[in-house]
Amino acid sequence: MALSSVLQSESADFSFNNDRSFSFGCGLGQTDLGFGAAPGDRLNFSIKASLGPDDEDGPERKIEFLHGTTTLAFKFQHGVIVAVDSRATAGAYIASQTVKKVIEINPYLLGTMAGGAADCSFWERLLARQCRVYELRNKERISVAAASKLLANMVYQYKGMGLSMGTMVCGWDKRGPGLYYVDSEGNRVCGDLFAVGSGSMYAYGVVDSGLRQDLSVEEACELGRRAIYQATYRDAYSGGQVNLYHVHSEGWTRVSQEDVLKLHHQYQEQKK
Amino acid sequence: MSYDRAITVFSPDGHLFQVDYAQEAVKKGSTAVGVRGKNVVVLGVEKKSVAKLQDDRTVRKICSLDNHVFMAFAGLTADARIIVNRARVECQSHRLTVEDPATVEYITRYISSIKQRYTQSNGRRPFGISSLIVGFDFDGTPHLYQTDPSGTYHAWKANAIGRSAKTVREFLEKNYKEEDMESDTDTIKLAIRALLEVVQSGGKNIELAIMKRDESMKILVQEEIEEYVTAIETEKEKAEKQKKKT
Repeated sequence: MALSSVLQSESADFSFNNDRSFSFGCGLGQTDLGFGAAPGDRLNFSIKASLGPDDEDGPERKIEFLHGTTTLAFKFQHGVIVAVDSRATAGAYIASQTVKKVIEINPYLLGTMAGGAADCSFWERLLARQCRVYELRNKERISVAAASKLLANMVYQYKGMGLSMGTMVCGWDKRGPGLYYVDSEGNRVCGDLFAVGSGSMYAYGVVDSGLRQDLSVEEACELGRRAIYQATYRDAYSGGQVNLYHVHSEGWTRVSQEDVLKLHHQYQEQKK
Repeated sequence: MSYDRAITVFSPDGHLFQVDYAQEAVKKGSTAVGVRGKNVVVLGVEKKSVAKLQDDRTVRKICSLDNHVFMAFAGLTADARIIVNRARVECQSHRLTVEDPATVEYITRYISSIKQRYTQSNGRRPFGISSLIVGFDFDGTPHLYQTDPSGTYHAWKANAIGRSAKTVREFLEKNYKEEDMESDTDTIKLAIRALLEVVQSGGKNIELAIMKRDESMKILVQEEIEEYVTAIETEKEKAEKQKKKT
């Protein structure tokens, strides 16, 4: 329902009048995006059936995917550091070690992925579309606050229907560095430091002890990298590589992608 | 075959007659003038003389849309009320979703798109008002926009709408000086002088609102307007004397 109105409405005519009604649960099949797939087609990593909202046993999260993860982001004097791991698990099975958990919304906005991969990537791509339309209409870039608010409002309409998404919207706008945590429960919080996922507690420990406002760019990158590494060391559901991004006034830059095992050896050497 | 009955029908030579007629309605409304200075924006309207028993505080033709934007209109007052209400709600909606005050251009675009929608709907007539929308954006730039019943909008340095708008606009074109706009008093004086051209019996029939950057809209009291009017008249006399001497 609300999805179609986001896709079609286009407040080019500022239509605040969403007096169109759609039947519950038909969702994606109805849109003109060509998704056409029936619920059964979805990629499953478990034997049990699909993830439709009409699931009898309640939202049992058959696709565990990215709740097992560590993603973090923090602000400092030179912008925002975003660091994520790259492991995807379905129960005890490691589905992938090379998942891209940072979504590049546009050249100056990043979104992280935690929860359901499909939910995160779909909604953030939709957010990218909305941001671009805003830019064209208002002849200036959208602010991080507004972008995160658009995302939060979009998913709030699906609250309670089984969306699983915990994302951090990071960017740089005319007010400086911006960092917001948005999730599928409808939370939207502004902050200086967030870590999301099963490994977040380990990451918080490292970042909290090393975070200062006056870090240099390299020091901040190393802090983010170390935090994710430590989380992958102790959390079974996080691992793979550490993907590091730095958001500054000109936009975001991909700083590094390093395998966790390599980092392990590196830090062991340093200890000696 | 008459092409002016339905709004949704074009005439053979490309006119939407209902929109043209709406513009005629605007020309019958009382004059409004707007001037954009560097640090102040001014809107002035011709106050129609009220009946003795009427409380003149209820006849307000200048309405604020938000802390930083306000507007005046010419034409059907009842139509204007609807537009003003919608614009006020939209200003707050914008603050809610974008966490920033709406720019003057945004709210003008919103008002224009409402007007345009009514020129393309079945069973509705266009709004019979033109409006002058002024204010300061979040970054401090002043703006003055004019909208008309067809739904188009343009930015202006100074403009007039309503009765005798043409005369007033010509006066503005002749007397608008970029350097004068630096001074707040000169900007205000220009607006008053323009209105005095068409308003009978001087200062009593003028209502003026100004907004300085980072301040809220201020509607001038009668005495303040009289001060400006006397200052203008003294300047005029001086200019006349100069002319006579040379």
